[in-house]
Amino acid sequence: MTLRQTKDPEKLNQIATEIRKSVIQSLTEAGSGHLGGSLGLADVFTVLYFSVLHHNPLDPKWPDRDRLILSIGHVAPVLYATLAHAGYFPLVELHSLRKLGSRLQGHPGREHGLPGLELSAGSLGQGLSVAVGMAIAGKLDLRMHKIYAILGDGELQEGSVWESAMAAAHHHLNNLIVIVDRNGVQIDGKTEDVMRLEPLEEKWKSFGWQVECCDGNNTGQLLEAFNKVYGIIDKPSVIIAHTRMGKGIKSIEGNFHWHGKVPDPDQAKEFLRELSGIEQTVDEASGNKI
Amino acid sequence: MVPFINRGNKPTKTGFGEGLLEAGKRNHSVIAIGADITTSVGINLFAETFPDRFISLGIAEQNCIGVATGLALEGKIPVFSTYGVFATFRAADQIRISVCYNNVHVIIGGAHAGVSVGPDGATHQALEDIAVMRVMPNMSVLSPCDATQTKLATLAAIENYQGPVYIRFGREAMPDFTESSLPFKIGKAQLFREGYDLTIAATGHLVWEALMAAEELQAHGISARVLNVHTIKPLDEEAIVRAARETGAIITAEEHQVAGGLGGAVAEMVTRYCPVPMEFVGMNDRFGESGNAIALMEKYGMTASMIFKCGLRLVDRKIKNG
Ligand SMILES: [Mg+2]
Repeated sequence: MTLRQTKDPEKLNQIATEIRKSVIQSLTEAGSGHLGGSLGLADVFTVLYFSVLHHNPLDPKWPDRDRLILSIGHVAPVLYATLAHAGYFPLVELHSLRKLGSRLQGHPGREHGLPGLELSAGSLGQGLSVAVGMAIAGKLDLRMHKIYAILGDGELQEGSVWESAMAAAHHHLNNLIVIVDRNGVQIDGKTEDVMRLEPLEEKWKSFGWQVECCDGNNTGQLLEAFNKVYGIIDKPSVIIAHTRMGKGIKSIEGNFHWHGKVPDPDQAKEFLRELSGIEQTVDEASGNKI
Repeated sequence: MVPFINRGNKPTKTGFGEGLLEAGKRNHSVIAIGADITTSVGINLFAETFPDRFISLGIAEQNCIGVATGLALEGKIPVFSTYGVFATFRAADQIRISVCYNNVHVIIGGAHAGVSVGPDGATHQALEDIAVMRVMPNMSVLSPCDATQTKLATLAAIENYQGPVYIRFGREAMPDFTESSLPFKIGKAQLFREGYDLTIAATGHLVWEALMAAEELQAHGISARVLNVHTIKPLDEEAIVRAARETGAIITAEEHQVAGGLGGAVAEMVTRYCPVPMEFVGMNDRFGESGNAIALMEKYGMTASMIFKCGLRLVDRKIKNG
């Protein structure tokens, strides 16, 4: 368990804000990366690591831990910021994002030895299949832990996702919980313009999954959704989490141009000020403080 | 050297099935993954004996590879097998990122290797699988020479190895001539016949052909060394470079495209450490077709007589080179 584990949505919101700040700072310093999706998922990551997951930052390989598979490797900054805030490694290491020799690769890479990282991933459409394998292993060994997998909505256009969705239901993997980041956008624009995904709920249902929908930027609703699916027997669950890309920064919310973009130092200063709700000194907001 | 004797023809895939079953008996972590065609790739034996450790995933190779990765990350030893063409190409990205980048101990069995699959034709004849597997970092590539050795290779890959392994085998009954007592070590090529005028570095079904070609060359006064290169990656540098130095000429022989296959791998190594004239027996940038297995091997020149011809030509080139 992390030391700051809580069920209080207010406290979770505060942690999410800290995580968002770290995301902005590390991405600004890196000079490249994916800000929009990382900010949009800050609440999901916060609720998972500070409330839902059974895990221990002091023992990252604890056999009974819940596993979190991040299939959309491009939102690595929010995973890294969350792991750091949860205590897996020092916050200061977030400065090294995307730099030569860093454990914080642009897309997660296990061979660099980052504690708490379950999977090297980033090529879309693969994470769910790995999560299915982990869930099958858990069943074979009669273990109680759960496998959580975070997928993007654009990623659902990959056919391999549906191979895995079929397999998870066929094998009754009730220890598998998927979170779809339903922000409605992808690099070229709206998902529904690029390649229609709706009716998404029905798609998952028809594949044999338990489906819950919620506001993915509302920690209270997220907690409720995770609660609902926890005790499901006989089938896997998916939480379709409606999020807003760039959530927390009004000027970029919902704007798909911020999928693969980072702020310049001046923008970062503004963004951080907006998150803090207070004036910051130039030095504090220079993008060099985590 | 003890001469090799064909004890009877046997498909190499039976060796894979037997090896998997035996490993499964010894180690409860061994899990088999099937993509529908379990009987034709030889994992039905395991599935019948250990139904709880057999996972049916249907015709979905990409998911199969991902599931294998997840199982391996949890300490299982997953063995996935389907036709080599689909196991490697359909799931190439999954093998690259999920399996190889995560560097997990996943065993991929590529069945129906080579044109000797026969009547099914080009779509089902794996002729580029070695090439695509051997460029993947962390991946090891095995291509054992007969059914007996395929069993040993399967056991070695499952029980005495780490990281991703690709092992290819065929469907057609081919000479079974090695002893199960012959030690098999991944990465260690086997000297099957001593010789000093040239070396035939062969893999898979072509090893038996190489032995016959060496016999024929001997009758023409040419002493040919035969190396069984059952591991294409990691390639046995010591054996290959020594063959180049001591015999001064190398023929590679494989049931696979020369480009990117054993031919390419040996040429890369020889060029770097000890350049010598080479000849290449294998497919030359073509698809196969339907036909009887032996007729196809003949048509595409993957036979003892082709190796023999290359041997004569190679000795000529060697003499001209002085
Ligand atoms: Mg999206």
